[in-house]
Amino acid sequence: MEIITIDNLQKSFDGLGVLKGISFTLNEGEVLSIIGPSGSGKSTLLRCLTQLEPVNGGTINVCGQTMVSSTKEGVVSYADKQTLRSVRLNLGLVFQNFNLFPHMSVLRNITEPQMHVLKRSKQEAEKVGRELLKKMGLEEKEKAYPDQLSGGQQQRVSIARALALNPTVLCFDEPTSALDPELTGEILRVIKDLAKEKMTMIVVTHEMAFARDISDRIIFMDDGLIVEEGTPEALFGNPQNPRTQKFLNRYE
Amino acid sequence: MGNLLLQMLVATMTSLKIFGLTLLFSLPLGMLVAKGRMAKNPIISNVVNVYIMIMRGTPLILQLLFVYFAPYYIFGSSYDRFTAVIVGYTINYAAYFAEIYRGGIQSIPVGQYEASLVLGFSKAHTFTHVIAPQVVKRIIPAMGNEVITLVKDTALAQTIGVAELFRVAQNASAREFSTMPIFIAGVFYFLMNAIVSRSFDLLEKKLNYYR
Ligand SMILES: Nc1ncnc2c1ncn2[C@@H]1O[C@H](COP(=O)(O)OP(=O)(O)O)[C@@H](O)[C@H]1O
Ligand SMILES: [Mg+2]
Repeated sequence: MEIITIDNLQKSFDGLGVLKGISFTLNEGEVLSIIGPSGSGKSTLLRCLTQLEPVNGGTINVCGQTMVSSTKEGVVSYADKQTLRSVRLNLGLVFQNFNLFPHMSVLRNITEPQMHVLKRSKQEAEKVGRELLKKMGLEEKEKAYPDQLSGGQQQRVSIARALALNPTVLCFDEPTSALDPELTGEILRVIKDLAKEKMTMIVVTHEMAFARDISDRIIFMDDGLIVEEGTPEALFGNPQNPRTQKFLNRYE
Repeated sequence: MGNLLLQMLVATMTSLKIFGLTLLFSLPLGMLVAKGRMAKNPIISNVVNVYIMIMRGTPLILQLLFVYFAPYYIFGSSYDRFTAVIVGYTINYAAYFAEIYRGGIQSIPVGQYEASLVLGFSKAHTFTHVIAPQVVKRIIPAMGNEVITLVKDTALAQTIGVAELFRVAQNASAREFSTMPIFIAGVFYFLMNAIVSRSFDLLEKKLNYYR
């Protein structure tokens, strides 16, 4: 089943094209990795999908709902508030720099969104929160504040915070690039476990071995375009486009 | 001596009333002004900016005189002196508080808004539960300074004839050919500010549970 369909997505900043017609689909249970050089538009793509940036053209469908569409003439129209809200609830986003709430305890970071957005009771939210913290290996840290945790622990809390809202798709924007190298492993392991549980995910990453390992499909982006798309075996084993080859050579 | 102290205590109550009422009105009004200053609409933000510039760029004493006497020239009558004092202090302090609020709000990383948005928080919830608590922590030192200044500024109410602590002390000094009353007034102000200062220290400590 198609969960996300993006067609001809365009985005520019001050007239400068950053996404120049991106189209792809994401199926239920699929793990899609997006790789590409810095500045190629990977973050912008996730930000358009999660409504952090308005698009300049194209269509985005999430879980059968049209979030935004545009005519051939380039008139962009977003769905009504209600729909946008429901689309938002289907998508989770894990940021590069976590963006935890510093004034809330670890547990409160995870319960607050559940209580406000899903209207769960405090008991229920805490139950879900504790289960997720256990899964993340952080059950001892529920009373700690984010600044008392390592980067890797903070990122695990932010993954738990996103998962607590039961998103249909979880998106990651370079979840390990703000971390010390020795801390990336714990995050990659968590994402790998989620992949095993058939969580639908889009992972922007520069960890090539990791992308190869967990992905069902990989997209290589360059300069606002999808240059190549395929299975990890095809894309890493036998890249077709010279730009893909050149990019991957740097990671050999 | 007992009589003098009693007079001064009564005047201190007036000073405290000015202090309390000014805070009561200017703290929330300042938030409104800050919002106006940050408004996307350039007309609103410019008008509010001019207001802030006037409030911060002219002496409070002049503003008090203006607030009290301008209605006489325009309408032929004015409100009572005490009301004028409260209005004058409130619009002046709201401007200062607004700038402190604005600085605090703008110092919150954009990621806090983005995380709130992606999680599905409403705008109001984001402000009350994510932004405001962090702003409060950041602005406490600046607010402490401003509130201490307000305690001392209450002495200016005498310019439009309100018998606050300093005015009463001066009168007593003149009457009794003694600097004692003024010295006592100084001690009173000092004590009030010691309490203010201590309260802000406690508040700062209380919010020290995170960096
Ligand atoms: N808010 C913005 N304003 C202007 N330009 C931006 C903004 N965000 C991103 N860009 C530009 O868009 C391009 C793509 O950025 P980004 O999506 O962050 O790339 P990536 O995540 O692949 O490194 C870059 O050239 C970047 O400078
Ligand atoms: Mg990026």
